[in-house]
Amino acid sequence: MADYRKMWEDLGMDVETHDQLCAVLPQAFGDVYLSQENRPEGMDYYNMVVADIHGIRPAELIEHQKKGGKVFGTFCVYVPDEIVFAADAIATGLCGGSQFWVPGGEKVLPTNTCPLIKASVGARLDRTCPFFRIADMYVGETTCDGKKKAWEILAEDVPVHVMNLPQMKRAKDVQAWAEEIEDFKKVVEEFTGNEITAEKLAESIKLINAKRAALERLYETRKNENIPISGSDALLISQIAFYDDPGRFTQMTNKLCDELEQRVKDGVSVFPAGTKRIMLTGTPLAIPNWKLHNIVETSGGAVVCEEMCTGTRYFERQTAETGTTVKEQIQALAERYMGINCACFTPNSGRVDDIIRLAKEYKADGIIDVNLKFCNLYDTEGYFVERAMKEAGIPVLGIETDYTDSDAQQLRTRVSAFIEMLNK
Amino acid sequence: MNYVGIDIGSTASKVAVRGEKEIYFVLPTGWSSKETTQIIKEKLKAEGVDVQSDNTKVVATGYGRIAVDFADYVITEITCHARGGREMAGDNLGIIDVGGQDTKVILVENGMVQDFLMNDKCSAGTGKFLEIMANRLGVTLKELFDMAQAGTVLPISSLCTVFAESEVINYIGEGRKREDIAAGVVDSVAAKVAQLSQRKNLPKRVILTGGLSHSEYFTKALSGKIGQTVEPTEKGRYAGALGAAILAEEKSK
Ligand code: SF4
Ligand code: SF4
Repeated sequence: MADYRKMWEDLGMDVETHDQLCAVLPQAFGDVYLSQENRPEGMDYYNMVVADIHGIRPAELIEHQKKGGKVFGTFCVYVPDEIVFAADAIATGLCGGSQFWVPGGEKVLPTNTCPLIKASVGARLDRTCPFFRIADMYVGETTCDGKKKAWEILAEDVPVHVMNLPQMKRAKDVQAWAEEIEDFKKVVEEFTGNEITAEKLAESIKLINAKRAALERLYETRKNENIPISGSDALLISQIAFYDDPGRFTQMTNKLCDELEQRVKDGVSVFPAGTKRIMLTGTPLAIPNWKLHNIVETSGGAVVCEEMCTGTRYFERQTAETGTTVKEQIQALAERYMGINCACFTPNSGRVDDIIRLAKEYKADGIIDVNLKFCNLYDTEGYFVERAMKEAGIPVLGIETDYTDSDAQQLRTRVSAFIEMLNK
Repeated sequence: MNYVGIDIGSTASKVAVRGEKEIYFVLPTGWSSKETTQIIKEKLKAEGVDVQSDNTKVVATGYGRIAVDFADYVITEITCHARGGREMAGDNLGIIDVGGQDTKVILVENGMVQDFLMNDKCSAGTGKFLEIMANRLGVTLKELFDMAQAGTVLPISSLCTVFAESEVINYIGEGRKREDIAAGVVDSVAAKVAQLSQRKNLPKRVILTGGLSHSEYFTKALSGKIGQTVEPTEKGRYAGALGAAILAEEKSK
């Protein structure tokens, strides 16, 4: 591993505290990932990315800044990366997935805030994540109440642009989102000093579409009877998609897919025949939150799909590439993004339809509905999810958890009992 | 052949043997599941059951199930409780198990686990809560129940064990009757267990298992809160161990 201390110091990070994170992450990654058997060779790339997660990519972003480029940090899959890349800027996901950052967030946020928000705020204020230091501007959205207020706190420390995401999906709401994207474009243009032309935007729409297509191709291989890649590995790829260079990510993921498709042809599976197929639904699993996948896959189950923002909500559906003017392109973006079904919308019955459809496509034997503690939206929506699954005859287990490991044993009991129930 | 079910709970460990021998016993889990496991092994040996012999099949269950290093199979307490409950009350039933650490609700339909639910991390509505409150009042669990029967319920409104404890301390400070406080404590556990149970559609027949399962007083309180009869069970605390022993037999066939 190269020495990045100097870079971290230059970023104004609290390097000593950050060292504690550096000390535990390799162990955690080794326990969950490197212990798996028969992993695809193509995973080497992602192993490397994680091993130097706070080194390689941050160094690239800094390089980009040295050449005058800007970096935007985002927190939600509704925020269109296409706009950012069209201005020769880089978008990077900034969601905190580790308990390490939570106490920092709790210094300013109520305890009953979801860990994702606490970790994200903590990572910024405690200066313990290079990505949070590097981003020149954060892009927030009006999704859940916790995030709305968190932007105000973060804005005291870093420039924040908040996009006003509608909470319903009527035609006028899609229009409103198109206008928000239009405004965002102006903000990005002003901040970067680069004009977003139709040509530029067409290019970036292609770039991001290609990335989504690669992820779709990856997930497609998991629909097979023989599962060529573990759920833990697929989750890792979904998480890395948020901050890796899109072009390289697409290339590496497609390369991995070549290998996986060959595995499918050869009938190779990373799980013994008859392993129960589990689909996870619910709140996002930000890196390095691998807890549930690890529990499921070491308790006799295989995770075959994530109906999550780190999963299908991120890559399903492409943006139409037919627009020739910026206006048409923005309209296409608005329509694509408003097709995502997040619990912050009301009503959100489209999500229940998605879950039933995905459960069939991925031949799920059971569903685990995962809720990050204190996420009121997904928790409440779980009522409809569970009821619809009952009606559809798909067994479902509801789980509420946070980033700590203190409930690992209890979760293991629940998940094992669920799998025993499916095995009957 | 002997089939042994060992249920290492958070407070008590239960053992059931079926086959040539018919043995039931319970002992406190203590600090270490490993040590408890050793004691169980020796106790069984003294009764003529050698867990290491080919003539004995062992299923371990419960929160400390992993510690049973001589087990032939390890199965979760949900599956074992369901199997034990069926043996006690038939193939279609609801099982409410109030354990030392967890409270669970299991729905069994045609002999299969259809659905289940466990309480979250909080200890309200579990045996732990009762234990803490009995300690506060300076009595044993049995005395707590005896006292409660002679009292009228003092409401304990908090759902959190820590806050509920301060409510109890307040009542003690105010010089309230211990019987009334005890009645309040039992009532609050019944309320919390009922709240959990009502998240599922309970079938007609519902039994109570776990350490409180023989208490008519508690099942009555619980039935009142849920609005349907919850039957006490004589050997309810052995439901998990019994289920494990039966599964040991079924698995080895
Ligand atoms: S769960 Fe909703 S608010 Fe959170 S990242 Fe996903 S779409 Fe955005
Ligand atoms: S998980 Fe829920 S509470 Fe947390 S950021 Fe997402 S929508 Fe908000």
